[in-house]
Amino acid sequence: MKGLIYLDNSATTKPCNEAAEAALDAIKNNYGNPSSLYEFGMLAEDIVTSARGEIAKKLLCREDEIFFTSCGSESNSTAIFGAVKLGRRNGKHIVTTAIEHPSVLEPIKQLEKDGYEVTYLKPDENGNISVEELSSAVRPDTVLVSMMYVNNEVGSILPVEKIKTALNQKSSKALIHIDCVQAFGKININVSTLGADLLSISAHKIHGIKGAGALYVKKGINLPPFLLGGGQEKGLRSGTEAVPAIAAFGAAVKALPNTAYAFKKVAEINDYCRNGLQQFDNVIINSPKNATPYILNLSFLGYRSETLLHFLERSLICVSSGSACSKGKGSYVLREMGLKNDRVDSALRLSFSANTTTDEIDAFLTALKGATSLVRNKNR
Amino acid sequence: MKEIILIKNGELALKGLNRMNFENALIKNIKSTLNGLGAVDITRAQSTITIEPLYDDYPFEQALDKIKKVFGIAAFCRAAACEKDINVILEKCVPYLKDALQSVKTFKVEAKRSDKKFPLTSPEISRLVGGALLKNYHHLKVDVHNPEIVVTVEVRDTAAYIRAGQLHGAGGMPVGTAGRAAILISGGIDSPVAAWMMAKRGITLDAIHFASPPYTSLRAEQKVKKLLSKVAEYSGTIRLGIVPFTELQQTIAEKCPEEYFTLIMRRMMMRISQRLAEKSGSLALITGESVGQVASQTLPALVTTDAVVSLPVFRPVIGMDKDEIIEISRKIDTFETSIEPYEDCCTVFTPKHPRTKPTIKQCQDAEALFDYEPLVEKAVQDTVFEFIG
Repeated sequence: MKGLIYLDNSATTKPCNEAAEAALDAIKNNYGNPSSLYEFGMLAEDIVTSARGEIAKKLLCREDEIFFTSCGSESNSTAIFGAVKLGRRNGKHIVTTAIEHPSVLEPIKQLEKDGYEVTYLKPDENGNISVEELSSAVRPDTVLVSMMYVNNEVGSILPVEKIKTALNQKSSKALIHIDCVQAFGKININVSTLGADLLSISAHKIHGIKGAGALYVKKGINLPPFLLGGGQEKGLRSGTEAVPAIAAFGAAVKALPNTAYAFKKVAEINDYCRNGLQQFDNVIINSPKNATPYILNLSFLGYRSETLLHFLERSLICVSSGSACSKGKGSYVLREMGLKNDRVDSALRLSFSANTTTDEIDAFLTALKGATSLVRNKNR
Repeated sequence: MKEIILIKNGELALKGLNRMNFENALIKNIKSTLNGLGAVDITRAQSTITIEPLYDDYPFEQALDKIKKVFGIAAFCRAAACEKDINVILEKCVPYLKDALQSVKTFKVEAKRSDKKFPLTSPEISRLVGGALLKNYHHLKVDVHNPEIVVTVEVRDTAAYIRAGQLHGAGGMPVGTAGRAAILISGGIDSPVAAWMMAKRGITLDAIHFASPPYTSLRAEQKVKKLLSKVAEYSGTIRLGIVPFTELQQTIAEKCPEEYFTLIMRRMMMRISQRLAEKSGSLALITGESVGQVASQTLPALVTTDAVVSLPVFRPVIGMDKDEIIEISRKIDTFETSIEPYEDCCTVFTPKHPRTKPTIKQCQDAEALFDYEPLVEKAVQDTVFEFIG
């Protein structure tokens, strides 16, 4: 949309030209089925293989450790259900956090109903998870630790690199799953230093298109499939590969700017925005100081999130009132952080990309100033 | 063999000289709900409406689903039509009833002979048809008191009809026979149910929705349209007026004492609705209020809102518990949509301690703090209309 100021890059991102062109080329010219034996099928397979290569390069892992799925949620479900099945002889205990994305929490809740014991690590008031609590939560009979690298609502960075040590101390054989949907492309990820066994990423959060995600599965782990059928993706994920979306995934990864450079650029935008927000005496920043700069969660006290969101929409500014997956409901992440109703009900999430400009931030701040003309919410 | 749909009128049969008007309205509604499914002949005789597809491959299941939602129908069923000759009837009934009879163990046959020229009496027809079925389906037994299925053979003036069982219709009166009324709809659970209940008695529906952007969103408007399209499956097309309400709401919030906010807002809604109703020929207003459900629905509060209009205000769910309302909303498939969590015009400005025992005088005094008349008239003038369903 022309003139749109898109400050909701954790919900999704604008596909980069490279991704859009790669997808279009796959749709128009390489529409073969990668499983077909003739050369035209092989051409489609080549697209998938080279996208796999790009992702492996970025994650510093082997190509045969990358499995394509349809989205981040599918990667998470596959990882969680697969991991507990593999560890079923070692115990029935799972460790996760209370601020995971619903695509992690819901599968785990399902397992809880089926008899698994789950420890949910609680965040502090800044959205951080403590390493000590993590260490004391894991047990010899823990079979899975699932933790997000970056929280999608407040941007806090979780101590995922400490999981391995914690498990070793308790001589637990638990598998480590890291949901990197909000971290991939924004923070340098090295699967071996993280000690990850399973790791989820998604294409449309990094300027790819919707319809492709991937799961890293460490070599040697024989994860059982979640979707069965024709045996694609070495049997882990049957179903004809979404070649256009995968082509765009590969192209988007290849087109990512240098991570450190982009991080610095976005940090400047984040600082600029935080400074600008100081003029409002009713703004409280909910994101912790050490959060990723890509996400800035704030409360505009006295005004309801949804009202503000639609008010900003009139100036063609897109922000989120929580995560896009929980539209309308008060944020459980903020509640878990122990924030009071007035802050939860007036929360907005801004999320930036390397392409966000200070002009866009200025436009946001100007529009927000106009919001004081709205009727204050008297109820709280 | 020709298959048809038979429809039995409900209460209509009891009407006197007006009966034709009611039947005409019913046939019109049936025609309009079946529109697009394929060409049919619709005829009526002896308080039964017959739908006869002109071509093979008529989508009977879809058609029955739609007929199920037409008010004014007591019962309906699929039936085979055949020549009025007992040998033909006996020959056709065996294969036609195969599906229906395979899943049951007991049955009985009822024969109705309205064509008295037919040479056999009803008991004779029943006996012959029952015999033919027993001979061909060995698992069946006759049970005249508690049969699992009743096979009916009707010998009418036009033809003989064979059917197994029949379905309950939606009951009520045909929409279009009871005048027009306007439902005030916010997007909650109650108002679609109230609208449906009034349509059931033959009322043609208009709808009025109050939108307060940016306090409410386009999604809330879409939700209302989705709800109305569900109701429209029963009521036929609904004319929806969307009233721009932001300015009036903001002014009330600014000028009036907080605890009267909801009451004044509802009084303004009633004033606007009455004017819209007068323009469109609606004879009454309908709301989804139920006594005591929220602060603005106490009896004193309802009295203060009714006081500003001269039209009757119908509240068909007034004496129902939430559970009972929800049960209907599930039945008419509006529940899942109603609970989608978007802000609507009633939630944003809610006072902390609303008045539950207001008097008309108190409301008048609170309203006198600003000149609402131009704002009410502007809202009426700027209302945008569209048709749903």
